[in-house]
Amino acid sequence: MSEQSHRLDAAAAPGRIDRGHPLRFVFNGRGYEGFAGDTLASALIANGVHLVGRSFKYHRPRGIVGSGSEEPNALVQLRTGERTEPNVRATQAELFDGLIASSQNCWPSVGFDLGAINDMASRILPAGFYYKTFMWPPSAWMFYEGLIRRAAGLGRAPDDPDPDRYEKRFAHCDVLVVGAGPAGLAAALAAARAGARVVLCDEQAEMGGQLLAHPRGVGAVIDGRPALDWASAALGELASNKDVTLLPRTTCFGYYDHNALALAERVADHVAKPRQFQPRQRLWKLRARRVVLATGAIERPLVFRDNDRPGIMLAGSAAAYGMRYGAAVGRRVLVFTNNDSAYRAALALFDAGVGIAGIVDLRPAASGKPVEDARARGIEVLAGWALTATDGPSKVRAALAMQLDEAGAGVQGPIRRIECDAIAMSGGWNPAVHLYSQARGKLRYDGAQGIFLPGRTEQALAVAGSCNGAWSLGACLAEGAAAGAAAAEAAGFTAASAPAPAAAEENDSPARLLWVVPSDRPLGEGGKHFVDFQNDVTAADIGLAVREGYKSVEHLKRYTTSGMGTDQGKLGNVHALGILAEVTAAEPGAVGTTTFRPPYTPVGFGTLAGRDVGALADPVRTTAMHGWHVAAGAVFEDVGQWKRPHYYPRPGESLHDAVNREVKAARTGVGILDASTLGKIDIQGPDAAEFLNRIYTNAWTKLEIGRARYGFMCREDGMVFDDGVTTRLAAGHFHMTTTTGGAARVLSWLEEWAQTEWPELRVYMTSVTEQWAVAAIAGPHARALLAKVGTGIDLDAKAFPFMAMREGNVAGIPARVFRISFTGELSYEINVPARYGMALWQALMAAGAEFGITPYGTEAMHVLRAEKGFVIVGQDTDGTVTPIDLGMDWIVSKAKDFIGKRSLSRADTARGDRKQLVGLLTDDPRVVLPEGGQIVAELKPEPPMAMLGHVTSSYFSANLDRSIALALVRNGRQRIGAALHVPLADRNIRVKVVEPKFIDPEGRRQDG
Amino acid sequence: MLLIDCPWCGPRDENEFQYGGEAHIARPKDPALLSDAQWADYLFMRGNPKGRHRERWMHRSGCRRWFNVERDTVSHAITAVYRMGEAPPATAKPAATGDATSAEPRSSGDPGQWPAGGAE
Repeated sequence: MSEQSHRLDAAAAPGRIDRGHPLRFVFNGRGYEGFAGDTLASALIANGVHLVGRSFKYHRPRGIVGSGSEEPNALVQLRTGERTEPNVRATQAELFDGLIASSQNCWPSVGFDLGAINDMASRILPAGFYYKTFMWPPSAWMFYEGLIRRAAGLGRAPDDPDPDRYEKRFAHCDVLVVGAGPAGLAAALAAARAGARVVLCDEQAEMGGQLLAHPRGVGAVIDGRPALDWASAALGELASNKDVTLLPRTTCFGYYDHNALALAERVADHVAKPRQFQPRQRLWKLRARRVVLATGAIERPLVFRDNDRPGIMLAGSAAAYGMRYGAAVGRRVLVFTNNDSAYRAALALFDAGVGIAGIVDLRPAASGKPVEDARARGIEVLAGWALTATDGPSKVRAALAMQLDEAGAGVQGPIRRIECDAIAMSGGWNPAVHLYSQARGKLRYDGAQGIFLPGRTEQALAVAGSCNGAWSLGACLAEGAAAGAAAAEAAGFTAASAPAPAAAEENDSPARLLWVVPSDRPLGEGGKHFVDFQNDVTAADIGLAVREGYKSVEHLKRYTTSGMGTDQGKLGNVHALGILAEVTAAEPGAVGTTTFRPPYTPVGFGTLAGRDVGALADPVRTTAMHGWHVAAGAVFEDVGQWKRPHYYPRPGESLHDAVNREVKAARTGVGILDASTLGKIDIQGPDAAEFLNRIYTNAWTKLEIGRARYGFMCREDGMVFDDGVTTRLAAGHFHMTTTTGGAARVLSWLEEWAQTEWPELRVYMTSVTEQWAVAAIAGPHARALLAKVGTGIDLDAKAFPFMAMREGNVAGIPARVFRISFTGELSYEINVPARYGMALWQALMAAGAEFGITPYGTEAMHVLRAEKGFVIVGQDTDGTVTPIDLGMDWIVSKAKDFIGKRSLSRADTARGDRKQLVGLLTDDPRVVLPEGGQIVAELKPEPPMAMLGHVTSSYFSANLDRSIALALVRNGRQRIGAALHVPLADRNIRVKVVEPKFIDPEGRRQDG
Repeated sequence: MLLIDCPWCGPRDENEFQYGGEAHIARPKDPALLSDAQWADYLFMRGNPKGRHRERWMHRSGCRRWFNVERDTVSHAITAVYRMGEAPPATAKPAATGDATSAEPRSSGDPGQWPAGGAE
C-alpha cells in the first residue's frame, strides 16, 4: 500500500472526497489507495501516476488529459473476468474498494512498449497510411486487417456472458433538463416551480457541474451564499418535489426526432457488483415536451509541439483535480494559455498549495483582474510567449518557451527552459453542442471566439449556459432560469416571474486564437503537434491530407481519422477545422463541421439490449401438440418464431434415414403432420367473396359453401406474394390459410386494401391462427383412420370430395375437416379448437397404430410436396416470379381484374423467356444438387459463365429412390428435355430438365 | 423517432406504426384501359418532395387502422393527421412532387366501376 504522494492538504483543498473512507485498488498490477468520492483518474493522480496508456498509432506514452467524458487518453480495461469492460474512461470510473484496472494498447507493459517502434518509424506512418500501404494484393486485406487491429486495438471484450442485468424504461416528462451545472439547476428549479414534470440528468455521480470543480464555481457566491450551498439547497428542493426525477450518473447520449431522447443510467457501475435484482445500467427512452440543454462546455487543448506528454493536461481539469478531489497534478505546474480561465485554474491550484512554475500566455498584452491576481501572488507571467517544446523521459519534466512574433506565425529570441512536472493548458472552451447538433440544430461560427454556437433548430428545445456561449456564472444562472420557465410555459404551465439566482459577473479579456502554436522548427519536424490525441492525428497530418486533395471536412475526417476515436474528437475537432480553414485559407465557419451523431459517449451493447437477451430475445411460439413432439424426440426447426418438428429420428437414425422413412410412410401407409402453424384468417361480411375475388388471382364469388379453393395472391406488380387454401364456410364467411411465415403479412395486406382502397366493401378479418390446432393425415390409410376414430361425417369420396370441408366430431372433438392435400396423397386436415389439439393428436396416434401411423416433420413435408411439384412461396419464388412463371396459368383469371393483373401484361412480365419453374433430374440419381446452385447451358473452364437460373428446392426422394430438384431457369419451359449443368466449386453436375412433377402427375392418388 | 397522433388512439411512438408511402394514389378503376406507361406510373412513380408530404401510416401495434399524415420531410414536423377518405387539409399545400408527368395519369384512368361480382 503506497502513500498518496500527491494528495493535497485537507485544510487547503478539502475537495468532495471522504478522507475517512479509504479504498484500495490495483492499477497495472500495483496496489494503490484512494478515497471514496475519487474517480480512478483522480486516485491515480493523487498517487502521482500520470502514465496510463499508449497512443493508438505511435504507441506514445500518454497521460490523463481531462477530468470527464471528454478524456481521450485514459482508457482502461476495468475489472477482470466476466465483468471486464474495455475503453472505460478513468476520468469517469468511480473508485470502489477492490477495483482492478489496466492499461490498454501496450505490450508487454505500459512502461516498456514494443509498439513504440511505430513512433520512431512515424515518417512511414503518415495520414492515410492504411489506405496507401495495405492496398495490394486485394485478397491480403483481411490478413493486414487482423494485424492492424491487434497492433492498434483498444481493449478486449469479455469472453464470458455478462452476469449482470440491464433494464429499459420508457418515460415521459414536460421538461427534460440535460446537465446539472448552474444553468441546468436553475432551469430545473424554474420548471419545477411552475408545476412541470421535470427530469434532470447529469453524466456525473454528483450534480452541480462546474460548481463542484471549476475555479469560477467553487469559490463563487450565489444569492449571497456559497455556490455549493446554493446547489445543495436547489438539489434538496428538487429531490423533495414528487414531479421531479433526478438522474445522476446518467448520460443523455441520443437526441432524436420529436424530442425523443435516449439516456444511459449507470445504476451500479460505481460498485464492485450490483445488488441482487439491481440492474447494472438502465436505458431510458424519454419523450419530453420541451428540452433544456445545459450541457456546458469542454475545454480545448493547445496544439503545440509534443503536447501529448504525460503530465500535460487541460487547465480546468488540473484545477478540478485540486479542488474537487484534493489531488495535485504536480508539485510545479506550468500553465500555458490563450485566455483568462487558466489564470483562475492557476490561482485555485496556488491557493490549494500547488506550486506554479509560471503562466505562459499567448497574448502579448495580458491584463485584467486574473492576471493581476496571479502577479500579486508572485506568479511569473510570460505574456506573448509560447511553449515550443516539452522535455522528459516519459512524463514532462521541462518545457521550452520562446517569444511569439506579432502575427503568431513564428517564435523569436532566446529559448527559455522552464522546469515543471505538469503543464496545465487551455485553448479556450468549446460549447458542448453535440446533443444540439444531434437534434439537427444548425450551428453558427463565432469568429471572435473561434467557437461553434447553437444557431437554429426545429425541435422544441432551448439551450442555456456555457453550451450557449454564456461564460460567466451569473449569465449561466440567468439563462438557465429563463429557459426553464419558458419550457414550462410552452408545456402548458404558468411560471411565476421570479428573479433568477444572482451571481457576480466576471468578464474575461478576449482570448488569442492560434490553431497551431509555432515552434522553432517547421511543422512536423523534430516533434509532433497533436490535434487528436486518441487517434494520433497531428497538425502536419491535416496539412498533408489537404495537399493530397482531402479538403472537404468529411473527407479530411475519414482520411486522417481525426475525431473518429471513442471520444469522437471532443477535444480536437474544432482545432482540426481551424487548421483546415487556415491551410485552405477559408473561414472556419465556411469549412463547416462534421455531423455529430449519437451516442455522445459509447454505450454498451448490454444497455441497449436490456432484458431482450437469451430466452427473451425473441418470442417462441409452440403448438398445442408441442409437448408430444418433445416427448417423441423430435428435432425442431425455427419457422419464424414457431418451433416446428423437423423430423422424428428413431434411435440411431440420421436426418436422412428419418426423412426417408417418414416420406415412404405417407405414400404407403399414413403419416401425420402438425400443421397448426399455418396462418389462418377468418374473413366475414356480405362482401367477403367480392373482396377475395379482388385479392386472389382466381375467381371466388361462385365458390359453393363447404368447398375450398387454392389461391395465389400477387402484389400489384404481378409477383407472387402468398398462397393458400381458402374455404367458404357460409355465404359471407371464409376461412383463409396462408403460409406459416406469411400469416401476419397477409393479414396486413388484406387490411390495407380493405381500409384504404375499398372501404365500401363490408368485410372484416381476424387472425385465428392460434385458435385452431391442425393435424394433417396423409396416405392411403387416411380415410380408414378417420373412420376408426369416428367423425359423424360421411367420408365416402363422393359425399366428401376433394377440396371440400365438413364439420363433425373427430374422436368426439368438434372439428372442421378439410379434404385438401399438400402431399398429393389422400389427405385430411383436421382443425379443432386449440385446447383440444393434444387430445386429437393422441386419439389419432392411438387409432393409427394398426396402420403404422408415422409422424412426419417439415423436412418430409418438403420432400413430399416437391415430389408433386407444389411450390413453397419464398423458397421456389423470390418476389420476382409470377404465377405464369410457375406454370400455373390455370389459376389466373382472364375474365376479372385482381391485384397485379394489369402487370402480367407488361412487356417484361409477359415475355416468354422469363425464368420459369422446371424440374431437374441429375444424371447420377444419388447426387443431390445444392439449393442455390447456379445453372448454365454452356460449361466453361472457369467463370464467368452465362447463368440461366438457380436450384430452388432439392431433395433425395426415397419414394423415387433418386434425387429431385425444382429450379427457376430462363426460358425453362422450352428447355424441357434438354441437358444443363450446375457447376460447383469442385465438380460439375449434369442435369436434365423435366416437368416439375415427379410423382403421380395425373393426381390420382389424392382420392385414395 | 416521430411522435404520431393516431386519429383513433392519440399520440404514440413511431415504432408502433408502419409506413405506407405516398398518400392519395388511387388505384385506377379499370387497369385494363391503361397503357403500360400509365400503369407503370401508378405502380412505381412516387413523389419525393423536400417539404410537405402526404403519406399513409398504419398503427400496427395499436388499432391497426390506416390513416394519412402530412409531414415535412426536412423538419419531420407533422402538420396534419386525418382519416382515410377524409380530404387533406386545404390550408397546407404539399410541396410539388418535382415530376409533373407523374401526377397526370393517376386521374386519367377510366372512371368506370370496379366490375361487380365475379367473372368466373
